[in-house]
Amino acid sequence: MNFILENALDTKGRSVEVVIEGGLIASRKSKDIDHELVDCSGLHVLPGFVDLHTHLREPGFENSETIRTGSMSAAAGGYTAVHAMANTFPVADTAGVVEQVLRIGKQVGLVHVQPIGAVTVGLAGEQLAELGAMHDSAARVRIFSDDGNCVHDPLLMRRALEYVKGFDGIVAQHAQDPRLTKNAQMNEGAISSRLGLAGWPALAEESIIARDIMLTELTASRLHVCHVSTRRSVELIREAKSKGIQVTAEVTAHHLLLTEDLAESYDPVYKVNPPLRKADDVMALREALVDGTIDVIATDHAPHPKESKDTDWASAAFGMIGLEFAYTVAQQVLIDSGASNLERLAEVMSTAPARISGLDRQGKYLLPGSPANLTLVNLGQAWVGEAKTHSKSSNNPYQGLDFKGRVVHTIFDGEFTLKDQTIRGTNTDV
Amino acid sequence: MLSASDLAKPQIIEVLDLAHEMSDVNEREIKKLPTLRGKTVVNLFFEDSTRTRISFELAAKRLSADVINFAAKGSSVSKGESLKDTAQTLEAMGADAIVLRHGSSGSAYRLAHSGWVQSAVINAGDGSHEHPTQALLDAMTIRQALVTNPIGSDLSGKKVLIVGDISHSRVARSNLILLKALGATVATCGPATLVPRSLEPSGGIFYSLDKAIDEFAPDAVLMLRIQSERMEASFFPTEREYSRVWGMNSERLSRLGDSAIVLHPGPMNRGLEIDAASADSPKSKILDQVQNGVAVRMAVLFHLLAGDKGEKS
Repeated sequence: MNFILENALDTKGRSVEVVIEGGLIASRKSKDIDHELVDCSGLHVLPGFVDLHTHLREPGFENSETIRTGSMSAAAGGYTAVHAMANTFPVADTAGVVEQVLRIGKQVGLVHVQPIGAVTVGLAGEQLAELGAMHDSAARVRIFSDDGNCVHDPLLMRRALEYVKGFDGIVAQHAQDPRLTKNAQMNEGAISSRLGLAGWPALAEESIIARDIMLTELTASRLHVCHVSTRRSVELIREAKSKGIQVTAEVTAHHLLLTEDLAESYDPVYKVNPPLRKADDVMALREALVDGTIDVIATDHAPHPKESKDTDWASAAFGMIGLEFAYTVAQQVLIDSGASNLERLAEVMSTAPARISGLDRQGKYLLPGSPANLTLVNLGQAWVGEAKTHSKSSNNPYQGLDFKGRVVHTIFDGEFTLKDQTIRGTNTDV
Repeated sequence: MLSASDLAKPQIIEVLDLAHEMSDVNEREIKKLPTLRGKTVVNLFFEDSTRTRISFELAAKRLSADVINFAAKGSSVSKGESLKDTAQTLEAMGADAIVLRHGSSGSAYRLAHSGWVQSAVINAGDGSHEHPTQALLDAMTIRQALVTNPIGSDLSGKKVLIVGDISHSRVARSNLILLKALGATVATCGPATLVPRSLEPSGGIFYSLDKAIDEFAPDAVLMLRIQSERMEASFFPTEREYSRVWGMNSERLSRLGDSAIVLHPGPMNRGLEIDAASADSPKSKILDQVQNGVAVRMAVLFHLLAGDKGEKS
C-alpha cells in the first residue's frame, strides 16, 4: 500500500507531508500510483520506537506472553522493533532458538522481533554460549545478555566482552551482585526496614557497573547497562562516557515514574528487579536521560500470569509490563516537564536503540528511501491506564494512573500495524 | 489487627484494660465466657509456632468460639497459592476470623486488603514485619510490673531496651510502634549487622549491652531469640561471642535497677541470649508474658468479633 500522511508535525514542530510508497519513505509522491490519504492533523510523526529490552516469554512461558501478544502490545505502544530477551525455555543460547524467535516474529509481522542471545549456557553464568553461531545465524544477534541474572563472575564477563569484539557485539549486563541481594525484595532503606522486606541495596547494582566499566575499558569492548536505577550508577556511567569508554545505558519507564513507597501496599504488582528506588534516584535518572548519560528508554516489559502476582509479596514474581506505557511516560518526563524536547524523545525511544543494536531498517525517521517505520502520537490526548492491555498478562502498575499523550498510529515497514489506536488483525487471528 | 500501628493510644489502653479483666477469667474455676458462642476462629499457621497457636486457641475457646487449627506448613501447593486458596477455603467453611502466621512480610495485610476474604484478619506474625499481639502482651506485662495503678495508664516515662536481632524481628517492630505510642522510650541493642539504623528508636541504638545498661538504665529489657541461621549468614561470628557481648546474664542482671524486669517472647535459647539464672530470676516476667498472652488475645478477639464488629481491621 501507498500512503500519504497529511498535516502531521515533525519532531521540530514543522508541518510535513509524509509519502510512503512500497514500504519506503518517498521524497515526493509518484504521479502514476494511487495513495491512501491519511489525515494526521494534530499528530506528531516520530521514528518508530525500538525497545532494547522486552520479555516475549516464547518459547516456554506462553502462559505469560507469546510473540504474537507481545508484538500486539508493542505495536499498540508505538514500537516497530523489540528485542526479545533470552530468558525463555529453552534459553535463547543457541542459533536454533534465536532463529525460531526471529521466524515466529516475522510470521506475526507486527513488529521486527530481534532476538538477544544469552551470554552463558542456560543463563547459568558458567560457560559462554555459542555467541558466534548466534551472530552468524539468520537472527544476526548482536546484543548478548543473561538478563534476569547478572554475569557476576568477573573472569567470564571479561571473556564475554573480549569475545564479542570479533563481530562488533555488545554485552548487555543486568547489574546485580547476587551475594549482596540474597532474597532481596525491594530497595534497601528505611521503608524496607519498616516493612520487614529484605533490602536490595543500590550498591549491588553500582559495584557491578563500576567493575564492568573497568573491564570494558581494559578490553576496549562495548558494554550496555540494562535498567539503570540509582543515582550513583548514573554518575559512574557519566564518568565512563567522559573518558571515552564505550558504554551505553538504558532506563525503564517505571524507574522514571514510580518509587519504592508503592511497596507499602504489599501489592506485588510493584515488585520488580531492579526494585523501584527513591525519588532522588528518579530525579537523577531523568536528568541523565536529558543530558545524554542515559541513551535509551527501554520497557523491560515482563509479563507474568495472574497467579504469579496474586500472592504475598515474597512469593510473587519480579516484573511489570510496560510496552503500552513507555511513550506516555517518556512524554511526561521529557516534554510535559519542560526538561527536553521531541527530538530527544525520538532519540531515546528510537534512534539510539536502533543504533546500539545496529538495526539499519529502524530509526531512520523521514529519510527518503529508508523503510517506513513511523509512530504518530497525539500529545494532548488524556487517558487513564487500564489493567488490560494487548499483553496476555495484566501485571500492570500503570492501572488507574492519569496520562497525557498517546500513540495513535504505528507504521511498520510501510504498513499500519496500529491505526486509530486499533491493532491490525486482532479480530481475525487472535 | 494487622499492625501495632492500627491502634491509637486510647484503643491500646482500652485493649490492655480489657485484657486485664480477661485475665480475671483465667483465675476462675470455670475459665470461660459465652461472648463468642457461635463464632468460628481459624488459626491459619504457615509456620510452626506452637506457643502462639495454643495461646490464640485458648483465648478463643475461653470466649466460647469454635476453633479450627490449620497448619499449612509442608502442604504441596506453593506458599503463595496456598495463602489465598487456603484462606478462601476456610472462609467458605464459615470462619469469622482468621489468625494468620506466615513467613512472608505483609501477608496479613495482603490477605485483608486483596479482596480474597471478608473475615476479620489477625496478624499472628508475618515474616520479619510485625507481631502486634506479642507487643500488646509485652506492654501489658511491663505495665503490670512497673505501673502502680495499671488500669487506664500508659507507659510514659518508662524505658524499654530491646536486645538482639532487630532486623529480622517482627516482635521488635511491633514493640517499637506500640511502646512508643504508649509513651515509653525505646532503645535497641545488638550487633550492628542486626540493628537497622533506619528504624530510629527514640532511646537510641547501642552496640553493647553493658553500655546500654549503664547509659540507658532500662526499666524493662526485652531479649529477642537469636536464630542460628543468622550466625551461618555471618551476622555475627559465633554463639559464644554473641552471648558474651549481648547475652543477659546474672552479672548484667544485677546492674539493672531494683524494679527492672526482663522479658523474652520465647522460646528461649538458654545460654545464648539469656542464661538460666536470668531466665529463672524474680526479675524475669517470662511466664507472666505467657499468661498475659492469652488475656490479650481474648481482648483482641472480643474487640474484633463481639457485637458483630466482624469488619476487617
